[in-house]
Amino acid sequence: MIYDALAWLADVSNWVGDAGIWMRLVQHLAVTMAVVMVSAVIAMPIGIAIGHTGRARALVTLSSGAARALPTLGLLTLFGLALGIGLTAPFLALVVLAIPPLLAGAYSGVESADPATVDAAYAIGMTSMQVLRHVELPAGFPIMLGGLRTTVLQVASTATLAAYTADFGLGRFLFSGLKTNRYEVMIGGALLVVALTLVLDVALAALQCVATREKRVNGDGAVSGQ
Amino acid sequence: MIEFENVNKTYDDGTEAVRDFSLRAESRETTVLVGTSGSGKTTVLRMVNRMVEPTAGRVLWDGRDVATMDAVRLRRSIGYVLQEGGLFPHWTVLRNIATVPLLENTPKDEAMRRAAELLTLVGLDASLGERYPSQLSGGQRQRVGVARALANNPLVLLMDEPFGALDPLVRRDLQREVVRIREALGTTIIMVTHDMHEALMLGHKVVVMATGGRIVQEGSPEQILSSPADDFVAGLLDASGMMAFVNGDRA
Amino acid sequence: MTWVGNNLSLMASLFLAHVMLALPAVALSVAVAIPLGWLAHRSPTIRGPLLQVVGLLYAIPSLALFLIVPSLFGLEMRGSANIIVVLAIYGVAILVRTVTDAFDSVPADVLQAADACGYSLWRRFWSVDLPLSLPVTMAGVRVVVVSTISLVTVGSVIGVRSLGTLFTDGFQRGIVAEVVAGLVLTVLLALAMDGLCVLAGHMLTPWTKSSRLPRRVGFIGRSRGALPATPVTTNEEGSVP
Repeated sequence: MIYDALAWLADVSNWVGDAGIWMRLVQHLAVTMAVVMVSAVIAMPIGIAIGHTGRARALVTLSSGAARALPTLGLLTLFGLALGIGLTAPFLALVVLAIPPLLAGAYSGVESADPATVDAAYAIGMTSMQVLRHVELPAGFPIMLGGLRTTVLQVASTATLAAYTADFGLGRFLFSGLKTNRYEVMIGGALLVVALTLVLDVALAALQCVATREKRVNGDGAVSGQ
Repeated sequence: MIEFENVNKTYDDGTEAVRDFSLRAESRETTVLVGTSGSGKTTVLRMVNRMVEPTAGRVLWDGRDVATMDAVRLRRSIGYVLQEGGLFPHWTVLRNIATVPLLENTPKDEAMRRAAELLTLVGLDASLGERYPSQLSGGQRQRVGVARALANNPLVLLMDEPFGALDPLVRRDLQREVVRIREALGTTIIMVTHDMHEALMLGHKVVVMATGGRIVQEGSPEQILSSPADDFVAGLLDASGMMAFVNGDRA
Repeated sequence: MTWVGNNLSLMASLFLAHVMLALPAVALSVAVAIPLGWLAHRSPTIRGPLLQVVGLLYAIPSLALFLIVPSLFGLEMRGSANIIVVLAIYGVAILVRTVTDAFDSVPADVLQAADACGYSLWRRFWSVDLPLSLPVTMAGVRVVVVSTISLVTVGSVIGVRSLGTLFTDGFQRGIVAEVVAGLVLTVLLALAMDGLCVLAGHMLTPWTKSSRLPRRVGFIGRSRGALPATPVTTNEEGSVP
């Protein structure tokens, strides 16, 4: 069965066209990126504010817990019923699911700044905003990036399931194969999804590695420039 | 009697902790190994119950090479007291004390009864028996550690910096307790400490050690006090406030 | 809401089916993760690669595994075994790291004391290492329980009955109440199981809450947790004069 799937993947004609693998892949990635960006715009400022002020911490724990307990499929089908079979429903459902990990990343990043350093920064007369910009955000950068990585992976992964309620992304191969008993399409699609997440994971890990190293260099420069 | 015969210990990374160490620790006496950190005193101590295996030389217990004995059985017959007690945090005080008897398949009620006796022996109130170690003070924990080490009526008791983490008053109390217990039970004790005062107070024989397990001086407390072998020993005496007693006339 | 009233027995049977998939999956992942985590804790050469592989496994979407695992292991795709195996893989992926941390968290001096008391490695594992790793491990188990209960629902898209069936069925027939009922029941089940885990954790690790005991009595000796036991004891040490 795996061989049939590999044969399906090897067939160039399956890659081109409006419903071809390339098109599905582009849709999958585009939706993932868009969801992460929209969620980041919502979640990052809130997470940073919570980390900076130390208020409403329970919101972070609560949202992470809720995100873990809420079944993704339930959310997708509920949004699908409410908003129809277009892209809007899965998009919104994915945003809802992407917010908690981003919130947690932003919060724990800011929170991770050494309290003694923060204290010292206030002591030398920095304003609250300056402390945030020059101390807390640089210190929390690696953790925030980690949160972003988790979120991208989670959204890309959930987007597969989202194809149950909307016609987009690599998940379509899984569902259409399942429906028509074309197992080579179903398993070929599943292999594609696995490959995509593994590549994304490794790529994001590499990016994280590079970014944290560069940040350290820049960070030092910024401090000495003070 | 415990004998060390030309014992060496070189660790895997090449550091030589102990070189050509020989010593006799007499039965029913307290032998104290005293020295700065890095003098290999803990390494030597741990060779007795084979927590450390010497790379060369032999450790004999009443003439028998401990290397020929089963390590697990050997350890059950030798008491070992660690700094901070090393108590099992998930067991009550009584269960902690009963550890070795239960390992030796002593019936549970008998082991617990014995544990309660030991609790009294080390000077703790019976009501502490059902507490967990986290509910005790440092000194109480250390007493429980001693009780646990004594539970199987060991002929030999090894003590590794047993009172190092305690405040001076509690420390004094426990040192007296150890003397009393040894006199009552006739246990052979080998103790490691970096406190010269403690060594002189408790030891029948005091062994001053320097880097690499080198024995600088070995003798009774009186001998050490009356004629420190060199500046190193004098320095240790000085650091523990014992210099005032050296040679008597200077006091 | 009339849908709910008319379908109570369906909901009950799906609820039961859900539990019968989630519990074995959690049990299997705990059974596999503990030896693996212990291995990673003992051997630095195994640790790195193992944690890496486990991290990658976790990134793979469950739906893809539900489709691939049957053909790899020769399982029936729509059978319970497939769901249980796949969810156990996720459970292991989450737990191995926690279990490794848990064994790392056991204090070295306690292990030395155990060796000095004459524990064999095997006996020490069951009497000392394992119980002392439980507080940290249980935190991981709670995460696995909640996420497994949520993930079981995905199996419904390949036709395995669970509370997720309320989502697929409700979606296809356009019944909002059915989907909402599924959501509520799944979350309730997760919360209940999580609560049971907390309870089990308290029962399995009675010594962890005991350190709070002295505080109930008052602030006496709070600094070191010392507590004069009875009026008999006089000094700070609690020794009998």
